[in-house]
Amino acid sequence: MKRLMIGNEAISRGAYEAGASVAAAYPGTPSTEIVSNFARYKDVYAEWAPNEKVALEVGIGASLGGARTLVAMKHVGVNVAADPLYTVAYTGVNGGLVIVSADDPGMHSSQNEQDNRGYGIFAKLPVIEPSDSQEAKDFTALAFDISEEFDTPVMLRVTTRLSHSQTLVEEGEAGERVLKEYKKNAPKYVMLPGYARGRHVEVEKRMVKLAEYAETTPLNRIEWGDRSLGIITSGVAYQYVREALPNVSVLKLGLVNPLPKNLIASFAQQVERLVVVEELEPVIERQLKAWGIAVEGKELFTLLGEYSPEMIAQRLAGAEPAPSHGLEIPPRPPLLCPGCPHRGVFYTLRRMRVTVTGDIGCYTLGALSPLEAMDSCVCMGASIGMALGMEKARGQEFASRLVAVIGDSTFVHSGITPLIDIVYNQGTSTIIILDNDTTAMTGHQDHPATGVTIKKQPTKKLDLENLVRAIGIEHVRVVDPLKLDEFEAVVREELDRREPSVIIAKRTCALIDRTPITTTLYVDDEVCNGCRACIRIGCTGIYYKDNEKKAAINPTTCVSCGMCVQVCKFDAIKVVEG
Amino acid sequence: MSQTMNVLIAGVGGQGTLLTSRIIAQVAVDLGYDVKVTEVHGMAQRGGSVVSEVRYGEKVYSPTIPKGQADVLLAFEKLEAARWLDHLKPDGIVIINDERVDPLPVMSGKMKYPEDIIDRIVQLKPKTTVVNATKTAIECGNVKAANVVLVGILSKVIGLPPEKVEEAIRKLVPPKALEVNLAAFRRGVEWSVNQ
Repeated sequence: MKRLMIGNEAISRGAYEAGASVAAAYPGTPSTEIVSNFARYKDVYAEWAPNEKVALEVGIGASLGGARTLVAMKHVGVNVAADPLYTVAYTGVNGGLVIVSADDPGMHSSQNEQDNRGYGIFAKLPVIEPSDSQEAKDFTALAFDISEEFDTPVMLRVTTRLSHSQTLVEEGEAGERVLKEYKKNAPKYVMLPGYARGRHVEVEKRMVKLAEYAETTPLNRIEWGDRSLGIITSGVAYQYVREALPNVSVLKLGLVNPLPKNLIASFAQQVERLVVVEELEPVIERQLKAWGIAVEGKELFTLLGEYSPEMIAQRLAGAEPAPSHGLEIPPRPPLLCPGCPHRGVFYTLRRMRVTVTGDIGCYTLGALSPLEAMDSCVCMGASIGMALGMEKARGQEFASRLVAVIGDSTFVHSGITPLIDIVYNQGTSTIIILDNDTTAMTGHQDHPATGVTIKKQPTKKLDLENLVRAIGIEHVRVVDPLKLDEFEAVVREELDRREPSVIIAKRTCALIDRTPITTTLYVDDEVCNGCRACIRIGCTGIYYKDNEKKAAINPTTCVSCGMCVQVCKFDAIKVVEG
Repeated sequence: MSQTMNVLIAGVGGQGTLLTSRIIAQVAVDLGYDVKVTEVHGMAQRGGSVVSEVRYGEKVYSPTIPKGQADVLLAFEKLEAARWLDHLKPDGIVIINDERVDPLPVMSGKMKYPEDIIDRIVQLKPKTTVVNATKTAIECGNVKAANVVLVGILSKVIGLPPEKVEEAIRKLVPPKALEVNLAAFRRGVEWSVNQ
């Protein structure tokens, strides 16, 4: 029986049916549900690793140890894992190793929209691209076979639209979990120069074999139609092409690296006009042009964002864009949730007018209106190193008005090494770890400092306070960021200090906090003078009644965190029990 | 049904659009159609504008509904109806829950909530129906069942058999909330809709 699955669940099912027994990941939209789904199978090992590099290293070890292994990450996570990635291409595998890169064209939830098919070319890995959930399952299973047959890690490249769209999948039988024999083989697995040179020879031989395989693999197929237009496409773009141009001829590529030269040349010869439709970078187009095949691509289609059927119909079938009604509507940007502890942090930092190097998480929303209390956000962990760099460029005086903010999960991911740098190179920065007991933005995954595993088993809990003390931070403060006066006083004290300090702003994410709400808030209209100070905290729990010029609590969204109560200078917001 | 049915469900992050799209999609699966659903995850969910797209028919390719081709727009909030109106086909059907959630620029006083938004939508799309699903849900016993009231209205408009929808609700709603949700669904089916 067929059932609906998001692409990510289908990938995990495909791995399970192929007999994978180990999976590792760090959560990251749009990849998170791949390994969280895999963890639900009883007879497998799955983990949240502290970051993608560790996840891949665990994956390489498991593969070497003989298990079929799945490692998943978002596109920018592959940057973190790039070091082992390039070299595992040399060592090859024992048990099949499939690495999923979930790219995010359109940047629904990312800081860039890099096209990770480029990694496949650079690292010399086969890259497989499915176009719906059924293919996501089937191609993942096939990727394990390819990995073992060609002794190579395989990259499965998906995009947000595939990862998070539900399409029908026919489930197969659970595969048998086979553990291959482990044999010591230093020339293959010890990548020192003398051995690595030998492995590079193997990598190049492998690419030749894979190019031959590309010509005949069922991953690539031609759907003949009208031959006046031939489209070469892959991934979700294939679905858009089929929707927009049902009658054209299509060469659908499931293996996008290496490309099947003869198959493409033969297809090109049999159509009058050849167009490549691929989101983001002209990866396929460039290779065709290098081979001297006449093709159109990016002169018709943008390098930016997601494609759509209507875009393709407009470029290639002369369709008119749908008319716009021209309604002017206020935008609805995402906001910190009611009761969110981050609101207290950014409200305070905004009040203090300090420079804030930021990081990746829900709290990046602190950069947006109305709090607007963040100066930078580059990548996971960047806040701390950047704070040190700013201090070294502009001096200690500047550093006394500078804080770095980083979430608990992000700190564990890649905030520890830059904190060591601050201690080692005598920075004086103040670092605020926003410890909300979870990896919130990706949907509340556990991490080492929550003390719970991906399978919801209790484990040794990483103690952040002891960790930063061990690094050499002598001034460590733990404070609830929604106690505004106390929090601000602590930030002021630590900024004044000419030594590095860490403030752990500790309060559980409002979406997972199970503490019962025992109070209700209301605005006393007699007292409220309509100054809007409470509105400027940007909480959907409180709004402004235009007609009456008064603030009012929204009882359906308010969680009685009491932040607006503290912000009101006139004590107009009252707290009642019950 | 030879044509693909395209349903766009718009709302504000946290309003429960997901369950609605899930129920509709499950019914379409049970009826033997090819089905695709696409949704926004991640940062946009935090109180932002969210949309689910449900498509079903003999064979569905794109998971996204081509702009200007949605048959029905179901909006959980008035402003969100206006935001996605361009995605509807010219004679498309609009169902709006009479709910107002101020977005940040309105909350902060930088922009006005367009008070006449419903009138403007009705001018552009005569097949518009405004419902108060929240009130109906409260009458059924739980405000949270508003999305299932909307499932009732929507399923009637797109011609899904009520017994199949109830079957899907039984599969997707936790047992303790089932009675309230079934009542909410049945009240939804009773609404008369401009089409």
